[in-house]
Amino acid sequence: MERTVDFSRPYDVIVAGGGNAALCAAIAARRSGASVAIVEKAPRFYRGGNTRHTRNMRCAHDSATATLSGPYTEEEFYDDLLRVTQGNTTPALAKMMIRKSKDMLTWITEQGVRFQPSLGGTLSLGRTNSFFLGGGRSMLNALYRTAAGLGVHIAYEAEVTDLEMDGPRFVAAEVTTPAGRQRLAGRALVAASGGFEANIDWLKEGWGEIAENFLIRGTPYNRGSLLRTLIGKGMKQIGDPTQCHAVAIDARAPKYDGGIITRLDCVVFGIVVNNRCERFYDEGEDIWPKRYAIWGRLVAAQPDQIAYIVFDARSLQLFMPSLFPPVTGATIEELAGKLGLDPVALRATVDGFNAAVQPGTFDDKILDGCHTEGLSPPKTNWARPIEEAPFYAYPVRPGITFTYLGVEVDEDARVQLAGGGRAENIWAAGEIMAGNVLGRGYAAGIGMTIGSVFGRIAGEGAGSHAKR
Amino acid sequence: MQSDELKMPAAAMSAAEARQAHLDEAGRLMTVCNSCRYCEGLCAVFPAMEMRRAFGSGDLTYLANLCHNCGACNSDCQFAPPHEFAVNVPKVLAEVRNDSYARYVWPGFMAPLFARNGLVVTLIAALSVAAFLVGFAALTDPAVLFGAQSGPGAFYRILPHNAMVAIFGAAFLWSVLAVAMSCIRFWRDIGEPGSTLRDPQALAGGAHDIATLRYLDGGGMGCANDAEVPDDTRRMYHHLTFYGFALCFAATVVGTLWHYLLGRDAPYPWWDLPVVLGTLGGIGITVGPLGLLAAKLRRDPQLGDASRKGMDVAFIVMLLLTGVTGLALLVLRATPLMGVTLALHLGFVLGFFLTMPYGKFMHGIFRGLALVRYAAERKRHLS
Repeated sequence: MERTVDFSRPYDVIVAGGGNAALCAAIAARRSGASVAIVEKAPRFYRGGNTRHTRNMRCAHDSATATLSGPYTEEEFYDDLLRVTQGNTTPALAKMMIRKSKDMLTWITEQGVRFQPSLGGTLSLGRTNSFFLGGGRSMLNALYRTAAGLGVHIAYEAEVTDLEMDGPRFVAAEVTTPAGRQRLAGRALVAASGGFEANIDWLKEGWGEIAENFLIRGTPYNRGSLLRTLIGKGMKQIGDPTQCHAVAIDARAPKYDGGIITRLDCVVFGIVVNNRCERFYDEGEDIWPKRYAIWGRLVAAQPDQIAYIVFDARSLQLFMPSLFPPVTGATIEELAGKLGLDPVALRATVDGFNAAVQPGTFDDKILDGCHTEGLSPPKTNWARPIEEAPFYAYPVRPGITFTYLGVEVDEDARVQLAGGGRAENIWAAGEIMAGNVLGRGYAAGIGMTIGSVFGRIAGEGAGSHAKR
Repeated sequence: MQSDELKMPAAAMSAAEARQAHLDEAGRLMTVCNSCRYCEGLCAVFPAMEMRRAFGSGDLTYLANLCHNCGACNSDCQFAPPHEFAVNVPKVLAEVRNDSYARYVWPGFMAPLFARNGLVVTLIAALSVAAFLVGFAALTDPAVLFGAQSGPGAFYRILPHNAMVAIFGAAFLWSVLAVAMSCIRFWRDIGEPGSTLRDPQALAGGAHDIATLRYLDGGGMGCANDAEVPDDTRRMYHHLTFYGFALCFAATVVGTLWHYLLGRDAPYPWWDLPVVLGTLGGIGITVGPLGLLAAKLRRDPQLGDASRKGMDVAFIVMLLLTGVTGLALLVLRATPLMGVTLALHLGFVLGFFLTMPYGKFMHGIFRGLALVRYAAERKRHLS
């Protein structure tokens, strides 16, 4: 029932990419009556880019629902966005997206996506974020089923590698497939092909050689070829090339596609040191869901882009388990030896930290105020001495989820031209334009909001343009 | 335990090694899944997993029997093959589950019967049918065997009632004993206290989940048979089979009561309760198994334990033949073919009874126990 793209005919709308944004665009365009072709670079199993690894989306809602524990107003959502981006957003676009996110919970359910109450170990997101039953791949499978059922044609292992333009008007895409290069003509283009996080050379343009030490949390297919082509064809760029959603993940994770199971939620329970055994940031600054997204950059700034979360036996059961077991030592010195750190230096750092911990009542469920005195940097919550053997550590590296540099869009998701004005028939949605909303920082589930809301807008816009 | 295994003959050694390999792989997968938890809304396996951080063989056996093999977690898994993490929970839990039937079998020396179960069950059924055919031919007057019989006691002119009760009573009691002993071994090994089996809430919770096949719904969409478009036909056919079987069992019980309490002999008229129950049940265990067989042929082999397909098919076919011959007996009971049909039907019923503890039938028993335990665990976890 899933039909492949016919390269010998033109389509009303060509959607480049195969994730949440692409599928929302394809479905919306198809529902408006347009013929639609999805051109996805990955093979069928790996289709969907980072959507495969997601688990929830953040949508505003005025009251509790069967799966959300309470209201999350537009104002609160916007405040959260301002805080995580430190104001680096486009207010009009962000407010529009948040307003439209309210409808999204209904719309996306109508496309076959199912929700469930927040997953075990993620209670703090139970009010704000809607969790997909079965996770991101389940969500994606539902969208693909719906798209295919509507008659959207889908090509896998097909990458848009060039665009044929007539001034500001898109004419056709050059699609590279296992069978060679093909020309695919279309009346409108939706660029929803993700960021360039899997393109290490491009990352190096922003980060320098240290990008070699980054791990990529998603598929190796997000290489940003279409983004580069669009910029090359005169579309307006937005965002900083070093800005991205980056977290600290287990350093033993594979280079690509380790996904959720390599993340570590234990920073708040211990100390984090670099390979000189120095602490470098307040591990207890805020609850973990509000801080996990800063640690990728923090670790990227350390020597050799590696750090070690060190904690003791009392904390072992307090956080979600992860793929790799922690490194274990009966003493701090033994642990240091196994990590390849200087035992004397690690012992000194732990002793210094322990001595600075003030008395308090530890409570991992709240900001408990257990803090250090006279230590730089301080630890402001959940500080308790690391003293009960055995001692544990996880090595961590920056794990890049997605990049923010993208093309600028307006409220119709229409791509803007570097020379002023907007492209006649090119729309963008998802990570390829995330930088319009996320100048920096991250809030859990917001990538999916950007994808769904702008995907739907782009699909509706492209669909009605093509039918004109 | 280790030294016992070392004393085993070569063939059994490799079975033990295979069993350990399955457990090791299941343990690896549960570590992956417990770090992810995206599937926790799909069924009982993942919430039960989340109540643990380490997975011993008893835990894994319990989780494996909790799994209904709907396949939803596999089509939803971002780490499924060909991903390098190679997570295939339905397949690996099917392997551990199938190993568990042999692991707890009573008496223990019957364990090898599970190795080539399709063949074993087929042979037992064939021998059982042959025994009735030969027995009837040798012991029954041909005029009676091949003559049209009618009226109460028609069956018993071919096989006296007391002989029938002796044969089937003995087989049934043996099987009940063997199944019960396996259950005790299973329950002890998964580490649940006996008191749970006296907890009305746990029993009610388990019974509800069994009766509704709650977890054969793929988290709401149905089974992911070909990992493409889920459907709920497996659940429907399983319901037909399960309730068909229950109705047949009820027909037998009612017939026994009619015989001993009311003094009324079979065959009963078509409108009488044992016949109505048996007919409906017979239709259930005919249509249900046919649907299950068709679903099995269509199903992605990657979702199951392909090495035990023989066991699955033998069990389904045995139920099907029991149903078909039972219905045939109803149609042909007043004709000269009744004697032969009765031999076929009794042969398959006896074969079914004899192989209950030594085949796929055990899946229902262990899964039922696992669901009772899950109901108890949930209660403990939430309180």
